[in-house]
Amino acid sequence: MRKTAADPKGVLSGAHFLDGDHAIAEGALAAGCRFFAGYPITPSTETAERFAERCPGVGGLFIQMEDEIASIAALVGAAWGGQKVMTVTSGPGLSLMMENLGLAVMTETPMVIADVQRAGPSTGLPTLPGQQDMMQVRWGSHGDYRIIALSPDSPQECFDLTVEAFNLSETYRVPVFIMTDETVGHMHEKVVIPPAEEIMVVARNLYDGPKEDYRPYRFTGKDVAPMVRAGDGYRFHITGLTHDERGYPALTPAQNVKVVTHLIEKIDSNADKIIRLEEEEVEGAEVLVVSYGITSRIVSRAVQLAREAGIRTGTLRLITVWPFAERRIRELAGQVRAIVVPEINYGQMVREVERCAAGQCRVVSVPHCGGAVHDPDVILGAIQEACQ
Amino acid sequence: MTWEVRFSGFGGQGIVRCALITGKALSMYDNKFATMTQSFGPEARGGACASQLVISESRVLYPYVTLPGVLVALSQDSYNTYEPKLRDGGVLIYEEDLVQPKEDTGRVQMYAAPVTRMAEEIGNRIFANLVTLGCFAAITKIVSAEAMKNALPGLVPDRFLAVNEKAFDRGYEYGLELLETRPLSIEEAP
Amino acid sequence: MSTAFDEETFRAESPMAEFLRMERMPHIWCPGCGIGTVVNCFAEAVKKSGIDMDKLAVVSGIGCSGRVAGYVKLDSIHSTHGRAIPVATGLKLANPDLKVVVVSGDGDIVGIGGNHFIHAARRNMDIMVICINNFTYGMTGGQVTPTTPQTANASTTPYGNYEYPFSLPFLADACGATYVARWTSLHARNITKSIREGLSHKGFSFIEVIAPCTTLYQRRNRLGDGMDALAYYREEAEVDKEVDTRNVGIDFQGDITMGRFVRREKPTYLEAVNERYANVLGDEYQLYGMTTPEREEKERREAEARAKAQALVEDEEARLMAEDFGVDEEGLG
Repeated sequence: MRKTAADPKGVLSGAHFLDGDHAIAEGALAAGCRFFAGYPITPSTETAERFAERCPGVGGLFIQMEDEIASIAALVGAAWGGQKVMTVTSGPGLSLMMENLGLAVMTETPMVIADVQRAGPSTGLPTLPGQQDMMQVRWGSHGDYRIIALSPDSPQECFDLTVEAFNLSETYRVPVFIMTDETVGHMHEKVVIPPAEEIMVVARNLYDGPKEDYRPYRFTGKDVAPMVRAGDGYRFHITGLTHDERGYPALTPAQNVKVVTHLIEKIDSNADKIIRLEEEEVEGAEVLVVSYGITSRIVSRAVQLAREAGIRTGTLRLITVWPFAERRIRELAGQVRAIVVPEINYGQMVREVERCAAGQCRVVSVPHCGGAVHDPDVILGAIQEACQ
Repeated sequence: MTWEVRFSGFGGQGIVRCALITGKALSMYDNKFATMTQSFGPEARGGACASQLVISESRVLYPYVTLPGVLVALSQDSYNTYEPKLRDGGVLIYEEDLVQPKEDTGRVQMYAAPVTRMAEEIGNRIFANLVTLGCFAAITKIVSAEAMKNALPGLVPDRFLAVNEKAFDRGYEYGLELLETRPLSIEEAP
Repeated sequence: MSTAFDEETFRAESPMAEFLRMERMPHIWCPGCGIGTVVNCFAEAVKKSGIDMDKLAVVSGIGCSGRVAGYVKLDSIHSTHGRAIPVATGLKLANPDLKVVVVSGDGDIVGIGGNHFIHAARRNMDIMVICINNFTYGMTGGQVTPTTPQTANASTTPYGNYEYPFSLPFLADACGATYVARWTSLHARNITKSIREGLSHKGFSFIEVIAPCTTLYQRRNRLGDGMDALAYYREEAEVDKEVDTRNVGIDFQGDITMGRFVRREKPTYLEAVNERYANVLGDEYQLYGMTTPEREEKERREAEARAKAQALVEDEEARLMAEDFGVDEEGLG
């Protein structure tokens, strides 16, 4: 993949006091995103608002669609029109996007979707935080597939990870999610946007060989075919149906094996390259706390208290939540007495941790029904109990 | 040292802006770490409204205030709601004309300022939040006056920049005067 | 001499080879189906219009008509059920040089995709929508759609349809479409001409083509085969160019009012965006890096091309009329 410095036009270099939602919009602009289709939904709307305000000045286009279904559908069209594209939403909107997420996955269309999670189910608590879409984002569309999801814990990371999300999306031709939450989305902190020449972005990998030889797909399970832009004379065809390398429908079980295996393997075989984790004091730890997003910051406070109480506690923060850090969790599960997993849901990622721990150690869920972050004392209590 | 600060009032008093300006001033011009959170939803557009800052020398982990050491209350409702959650020895700055406080038992350090009236004297009550910030900066010394003024561009309309600075200065002077009559005990109010 | 059908020869010698992905032939449509007629008309219109086929894209939804995108040798997207219009919207806005055409069916465009249809019309999004209306969900086995006339039998209205149907030209007109026409699949020349007009129209153009579903709608309602459907169109379809779109509803086997009902000028979505931003931001505004003078120059060139294309259509029409080939010219005149 070709990495180049960001187009300075979209980069608002300097220090800012921004909320996470605004930082996501800035990350998108820095990454070269010039097309945004979205529908307002709390607590994600500020991203759309900022993009709408900023885009005319940087040569981009914002359109408020009639719903989230239309928003993600428009991204599929716009990506094949040659643009880097994004939308932003929250739980109910994410649910509406699920069918066309499948279209994006199947047609291997790059796009970035930020989910600023609120507490559900249904309308739930629209203005309060949750981490309840972690499984929806992974499994919500029908069929077997993989996506990539990153989980920022601060406005600064909202910026940084949005740039990375675009790079991953172009590299693997896959929808990439920013799984943040109301707290990070609405929290203001200092965000430093580097000079454009220090922001490396992956340019769209465009095919430039003989027109008749263009194939929109190759089912290697390792990498992806280059794309083309509509209007450049390649006369491409893409479909949500099971298809061959030319993109034509090929409606056989054998072809579905090729397509589905590729969609899964192109992510799984590159998982070690994709996954980013942050570990602290895991060597010699009795208890490991695994968390992501805003909960990691609450965990930091709880872990301070646990260490003061003499418990050797390590932390592992999932910056990349999907693909899941299977290999590392499996290793660490063999070294600690227990893994504690606090998350603002009734226990979602903890199931993945349990699966990878495979009985090597205790796995303790610290659930939270949403609407707030954990009380650090509750996490502390779970750590204390886990090491007994 | 970590400070927890809460600004509160009713929608339209510029409560959110208070925390935005202070947070920006601290994190961009005073070399501190500041995390700002606010109340969202219909209440932020009219009813009781609050914005919070956690301020530290190092990275803020837990983003919400738990037991604030400073409360700014610009309405009776917000005073009633948040005064009991102000820590013992904490600093209370309240709108003298809009808040009727309980009897001063010495539990918290109370400072009254007629910020709305002072803003009206400057030209418009919409500047009351800057008068408030002036008082807040002068009394608590959490943030420097210079940083606050540096933070204003972008957070107040350009055409009102000068008058907002004036409102801040007016509040700052008033805050210093209040300190003369009632010196702040920092030990009591972390 | 063998009369056996030879696919190789057909692919090589078909006059449609320029326009269709011949390697995908034969197509899936049933004998007597009206969709092929529309594809033929589309090809004919594209050829006659002289439009750069590299700059023409087709987006379809799901269903029998949804397969059109897969057969045309153009940039083409076969999207999800009902979502062709928002996909087309994204494609057009990401690359404004494209002419984007949606071809899909009644269930797709105004059933599941109805919301997108009305909003694209409202925005005057610069795309063309061709809705092949056969009053039924063909691909899934003949269920009732939002256009099925009352009393018509469908697999999900086995005792006859009791719902009020949409009249699509009225819907499109009311929502702000700037070009609205209706034909039947019998009226191939008119369809072709309408598509040509749509290709050179600036804004949301909508063409409804009433077409037979022989396998399901015709048979279930004991209406005979494809030829019987065409006989019905010949008997009951009439051009009325003065008609108010409020009065063009279709009853079961009743009159079909045809014609170009609406053609009006209105800034497109993108023109409105550009105008607003250029007014507020002046020279700073450069959509996808294009300056205001460059954009105005491009708009001028496009307007010229449109006028030329339209003049060509009219010349040819006059010639055909002179040769007395006209079927119902007044509908387009």
